[in-house]
Amino acid sequence: MPLTINEREYEFEGDPRTSLLDFLRRDCGLTGTKKGCDHGQCGACTVLVNGQRINSCLTLAAMHDGDSITTIEGLGTPTDMHPLQAAFVKHDGYQCGYCTPGQICSAQAMIDEAANGWPSFVSEDLAGTISLTPEEIRERMSGNLCRCGAYSNIVDAILEVLEARA
Amino acid sequence: MKPFEYVRADGLTRAAQLARAGARPIAGGTNLLDLMKLQVETPDRLVDVNRLPLGGIEADGDGLRIGALVSNSACAADERVRRDYPVLARAILSAATFQLRNKATTAGNLCQRTRCYYFYNADMPCNKREPGSGCSAIDGYNRIHAVLGASDQCIATYPGDMAVALCALDATVQIADPDGGRREVAVRAFHRLPGDRPEKDNVLEPGEVITGVRLPAPAGGKQLYRKVRDRSSYAFALVSIAALVRMEGGTIASASLAFGGLAHKPWHDERIDQLLAGKEPSDALFDRAADLLLEGARGYGSNDFKIPMARRTLKAVLREATGVSA
Repeated sequence: MPLTINEREYEFEGDPRTSLLDFLRRDCGLTGTKKGCDHGQCGACTVLVNGQRINSCLTLAAMHDGDSITTIEGLGTPTDMHPLQAAFVKHDGYQCGYCTPGQICSAQAMIDEAANGWPSFVSEDLAGTISLTPEEIRERMSGNLCRCGAYSNIVDAILEVLEARA
Repeated sequence: MKPFEYVRADGLTRAAQLARAGARPIAGGTNLLDLMKLQVETPDRLVDVNRLPLGGIEADGDGLRIGALVSNSACAADERVRRDYPVLARAILSAATFQLRNKATTAGNLCQRTRCYYFYNADMPCNKREPGSGCSAIDGYNRIHAVLGASDQCIATYPGDMAVALCALDATVQIADPDGGRREVAVRAFHRLPGDRPEKDNVLEPGEVITGVRLPAPAGGKQLYRKVRDRSSYAFALVSIAALVRMEGGTIASASLAFGGLAHKPWHDERIDQLLAGKEPSDALFDRAADLLLEGARGYGSNDFKIPMARRTLKAVLREATGVSA
């Protein structure tokens, strides 16, 4: 069964227990996506499926044929970094870096969600346009934990990308 | 994870037949796969229902029908839900994270299992996981557990937020069976109290599959969802309240309240709604409402705090909904 990952086709067959995360790391060699808790609590495994962020540890590879998956390798490369990657470097949005691929995939999806008008729990007006304030960013990024505690720099990095786009 | 066979249903009735034969339907999988990794759930066969035509949100008479496979994200972002049922959007947005809500479905969220620590720990006795093995929570650490409607078999809570709002809205669960039959159950009657069958979370019979949820006509008035939890994001409710309150002049014309975090099911007590209707709002009235809510309340040690917390939260919600200041 074919899955499109970073615009390239991959073939999955094998044990149906394989999570999308294990398929990416073990079978596709895409080790940018990290395994943290493996239970959907930490967000290190966040990838984009058809543009939406999900925890790749809590879904089976077998459920995704026909889907288009984007991992951190599909967002940018060391020589051609995504604006979020460059901003994380500039603002020290990490210490150990283990959560960073998930943070960046998540942030990219958050920007798209806000552009589509999706509210969050802290949005005062459910019908209004969304402005990604630091409070909104913290709420919307709460599914990505950083044990090093680089949160304030992560918010700064995201804010800079948002300002550059505005 | 134990090995299992993975099959994809090519139709609703087929999915229900497979489920009747013991297969577990899987949609978003965010709860089921988590439990399978811990071997709390050990199905021999999964039936993937994701490609069944059970998505979409559409007008249904004067109400709205939300397909079983609509993601929590899509439901909370839907313009009609945000405009006419803000309590539902707020409740969904208070739960989990964007990543999880993008996968979690309407039907799966209704069937979400308890977060009782002992249910999750396959090394400990748990009547819900293994009937007859005993309840580790009653004399254990039970900070997140029930204070209403528990039994000597189980004091677990239903952990979700969406269903609490659906209870206040008096929504209906639409269910298909393996023989092509259909039935509807009020969300208020969908989840069970544990009694002596704590392994049974809800009234679904083997093989029954949820096809959608119907919201009645918009109720108007003020709609609130307040959630009290240990941290301000990505945490389950200790106490939550969904409230629909319509004022006329200085009087409460109607009220519909539902409570999360207190019981094995989203809690709804008709007497509270009846008490409030037609009355002038006051702190004394709100205290009487809390008296009714907490009439049979019982703490188990670590969760004693939930009883006064529920009273204070109810009063705060009613003050906000009616405009009465303390």
